[in-house]
Amino acid sequence: MKLTEQQVLHVAKLARLALTPDEVATFKNQLSAILDAVDELARVDSATTLVAPAGSEGLALLRQDVVQGEVGTEAALANAPQVAGTSFAIPKVLE
Amino acid sequence: MKTLAQAAAALAAGQTSSAALTAACLERAKADPFGAFLTLDEPGALASAQASDARRREGRAVGPLDGVPLSLKDNILTEGVVTTAGSRMLEGFRPPYDATVTARLKAAGAVLLGKTNLDEFGMGSSTENSAFQKTKNPLDPTRTPGGSSGGSAASVAARLCFGSLGTDTGGSIRQPAAFTGLVGLKPSWGRVSRFGVVAYASSLDQVGPLAHTVEDAATLLSAIEGLDPADATSSTAPKTDLSMLRSGVRGLRVGLPKEFFVDGMDPEVAASVRAAAATLVSLGASVEEVSLPHTRYAMATYYVLAPCEASSNLGRYDGVRFGHRTTDPRSLKALYENSRAEGFGPEVKRRIMLGTFALSAGYADAYYRKAQQVRALIRRDYEQVFQRVDVVLSATSPVLPWRLGEKLDDPLAMYLMDVLTLPCNLAGLPGLSLPCGRASNGLPIGAQLLGRPFDEGTVLKTAYALEAALGLQFAPTGGV
Amino acid sequence: MPRADYQVVIGLEVHAQLLTTSKLFSGASTSFGGAPNAHTSVVCLGLPGVLPVVNRHAIELAIRAGLALECRIANVSEWSRKHYFYPDLPKGYQVTQYEHPLCLGGRVVFDTPEGEKAVRLTRIHVEEDAGKLVHEGAASLVDLNRAGTPLIEIVSEPELRSADDAVEYLKALRDVLVWVGVNDGNLEEGSFRCDANVSVMKHDATTFGTRCELKNLNSFRFIKQAIEVEAQRHVELLESGGVVEQETRLFDPQRGETRSMRSKEDAHDYRYFPEPDLPPLVLGAGDVDSIREALPELPRARRARYVTSLGLSAYDAQVLTADRAFSDFFERCVAEAHEAKPVANWFMGELSRLLNETNTTVGEVKFSPAQLAALLRAVKDGVISGPGAKEVFAELFATGKDVQVIIDEKGLAQVNDDGPLLLAIEQALAESPKNVESYRGGNTKIVGYFVGQVMKKLGGKGNPKRINELLVEKLKG
Repeated sequence: MKLTEQQVLHVAKLARLALTPDEVATFKNQLSAILDAVDELARVDSATTLVAPAGSEGLALLRQDVVQGEVGTEAALANAPQVAGTSFAIPKVLE
Repeated sequence: MKTLAQAAAALAAGQTSSAALTAACLERAKADPFGAFLTLDEPGALASAQASDARRREGRAVGPLDGVPLSLKDNILTEGVVTTAGSRMLEGFRPPYDATVTARLKAAGAVLLGKTNLDEFGMGSSTENSAFQKTKNPLDPTRTPGGSSGGSAASVAARLCFGSLGTDTGGSIRQPAAFTGLVGLKPSWGRVSRFGVVAYASSLDQVGPLAHTVEDAATLLSAIEGLDPADATSSTAPKTDLSMLRSGVRGLRVGLPKEFFVDGMDPEVAASVRAAAATLVSLGASVEEVSLPHTRYAMATYYVLAPCEASSNLGRYDGVRFGHRTTDPRSLKALYENSRAEGFGPEVKRRIMLGTFALSAGYADAYYRKAQQVRALIRRDYEQVFQRVDVVLSATSPVLPWRLGEKLDDPLAMYLMDVLTLPCNLAGLPGLSLPCGRASNGLPIGAQLLGRPFDEGTVLKTAYALEAALGLQFAPTGGV
Repeated sequence: MPRADYQVVIGLEVHAQLLTTSKLFSGASTSFGGAPNAHTSVVCLGLPGVLPVVNRHAIELAIRAGLALECRIANVSEWSRKHYFYPDLPKGYQVTQYEHPLCLGGRVVFDTPEGEKAVRLTRIHVEEDAGKLVHEGAASLVDLNRAGTPLIEIVSEPELRSADDAVEYLKALRDVLVWVGVNDGNLEEGSFRCDANVSVMKHDATTFGTRCELKNLNSFRFIKQAIEVEAQRHVELLESGGVVEQETRLFDPQRGETRSMRSKEDAHDYRYFPEPDLPPLVLGAGDVDSIREALPELPRARRARYVTSLGLSAYDAQVLTADRAFSDFFERCVAEAHEAKPVANWFMGELSRLLNETNTTVGEVKFSPAQLAALLRAVKDGVISGPGAKEVFAELFATGKDVQVIIDEKGLAQVNDDGPLLLAIEQALAESPKNVESYRGGNTKIVGYFVGQVMKKLGGKGNPKRINELLVEKLKG
């Protein structure tokens, strides 16, 4: 299928990507070409073939409810771009 | 000294020390003309080499990897050592923890030299999508080493280390192995823990070894495979039985899928794969043509599902807790949109866009859900074929390594290069690439062997027999 | 009166925190307090490479909640990713259950002035909580201590028809969850949160009106108020020829109104898909049965039994089952004492009063059911008097000492033997021959005077009933 510029912008917004006008144009063409190639999936008769993959069975396989693996605030914040106290800081969110 | 087994033997015999091997490897790596490494951890490597030598002196060496210098693809987390996934987004990121595979290699005594280059977040087939540098093919520096584990492949092919771990989501271990004359193994999905591996497409990603020989690859697999409580998708299957490695292929049933001889395939590649099949027959195996009818949809299926999962997995790169943040964002929107626009490269953005679209309201049924259904059909193709044969043989890549820059401006053409490696990931199978021939221009041709889920043993023993019969050797160009 | 032409239609979504010690997908602690981000692991920070591992106890608690609410428990359920960007959501998606939740159906039964009502549940699913965002000056601060805390979301069918019923539904739901130990029921701290979907329709309409989702409802009072003002808003909109737009609205308790939270432009597209990092949750044979077997009797069933089997009033049954531990202790005491009403009286009277006064809970009580039974026996056998029993109980509550020891120490035992009683009676009669005459002359009421005199001689410890009997005998001569 062919994407419109508006669709590209909508998707970019969902994905939180700021695109330049050039990128919008390029992605419009490239994504349309890829989707055209991918559209052959529609030809596959697949409606009734979905099988749930086998899962691990039983609650006993799950993790026990014990506290372990806390990293401490220093390690938690070590790679943060901006910190205030022991919190991650970001521009003020209004809502 | 080239192979991991040789290094291990020399260490065991006391002919060399880990410190000496490590120093030599570091020296070559620092002079590396191919751009294999993004980060060298010189102090860490030397310290673990010394620790290994001390263990050995005290008679406490822990196994075949003890003291052997290895490299890790830079999307595998290493505590305290910068891990970037080849992205500006993670420039300077120092993980507070080791990936399970990293921890297992450390526990096995391995010396981790550093982190190798890759296509950003593993997205690419040429290692040209790295945000930091391009890696050259050590066998021909004008050509790509393949990707996305091109740095790992180059580090081994250029003999800067004795083995490496890469990751493979759609061929990213096997295709670089094929392009650089190495053995590369993508284990069954769930065979090796993904904990601490930067996620690209979770249902397809696996960690695996790149090495000079099948035996080396098997040794590395043995060190990293097995159940991990930190990865709920890791399998309880028993570990691979390596005692069968040399047991030969007599009576083995080999399937040659007709759909894998695709249009546009290099004739030298096709001929080489048929010759490898003949070699297996001469060793006592039987070869029959088989059909995997949904192979033609693998590319479309993969390029829907992998971007969908990628768009989700890459949501965490938001400039809040780690990673790149845009300068002085004035709003939450600017923080998100600009940080991500600046931090991600074009291929990553393309796949995030594609995946976001394919999951979005109104399109998820036609793309995401449809692709999941076709994936089940592809998996069923293999279930049926593996009732008749024990392994499936094909080429790894339909073409020989292309020249750097050759396919960069046409993403779709690049995607088509992965057509032979994608089904293995979609079906969750073990897949191995090994050299099966030399093209007229001297470049290696890779053969791919696929096996039943968790039957790495049969894949490895087939590869071992073929490797021994073919006796191919490839050497890097230049003075290293 | 246009309002009367309409009925309000309410569906509720309740998020209840599960009482685990560690988070749903990581080992970090769920405890409140601590510095921001102190209770985080690499998993709840959403660092590159991390993977979720399911907390078994969270699933057990969710199944327990499902069984208590009469749900069907799905043998196979599935985790999904729900995508949106917000600074308190570390991975850019929330791991939840979407197409295949753990619990299906079920119902909440509650009492109203019009009688008992039941509202069906659509589903209960398990999911992880987000972190917390606090605003400070020009910045917002992200604290991920709460991120990854296990929640269940309990979704009702749109079957509620009044704000009062909605509140009764929520109270009954909370009672059950707290009773079975799944949730602490705290609305103020946000461990029991409610969103309400509200629409209005004419009484004779066959389709629902457009609904709005109300958030920030952190007390039962606000829930009632918010639903009522929102329904009124819809009616006024419709009556003035407007249309209701489907949206999320925030209740402002100060102004007593709801206001729009997000514009249409920002409408969410959550892009759900199955979580590839987790296999489907497949229950083993016996998993559900063992949880079912351990499930306690539920409050409504227990109340009914108190009325039918124990012969208590509906009011008593209600009071005695307000708290699970209180009720459980009551049961143990009844089992020891072999009678319910006197035990109920002690529980609703003195015990409640003392717990309240000392600000303690029934779990901290120092005496055993056997000791309370001994006290009841002492009263019944006339060993101590009614006022004496209160004194004994106070000491029992304070110290947990043996009942007999307390009676002895305090000298509260009554004089029951006829010998000393008769001695005192004869003295009293001898001291007042005039009054004896008066009695024998027909003034039988004067026996009360003699009882007082006898009691005085016995230091107040005589058994009043026996004194009375012996006096009458003697006076009649």
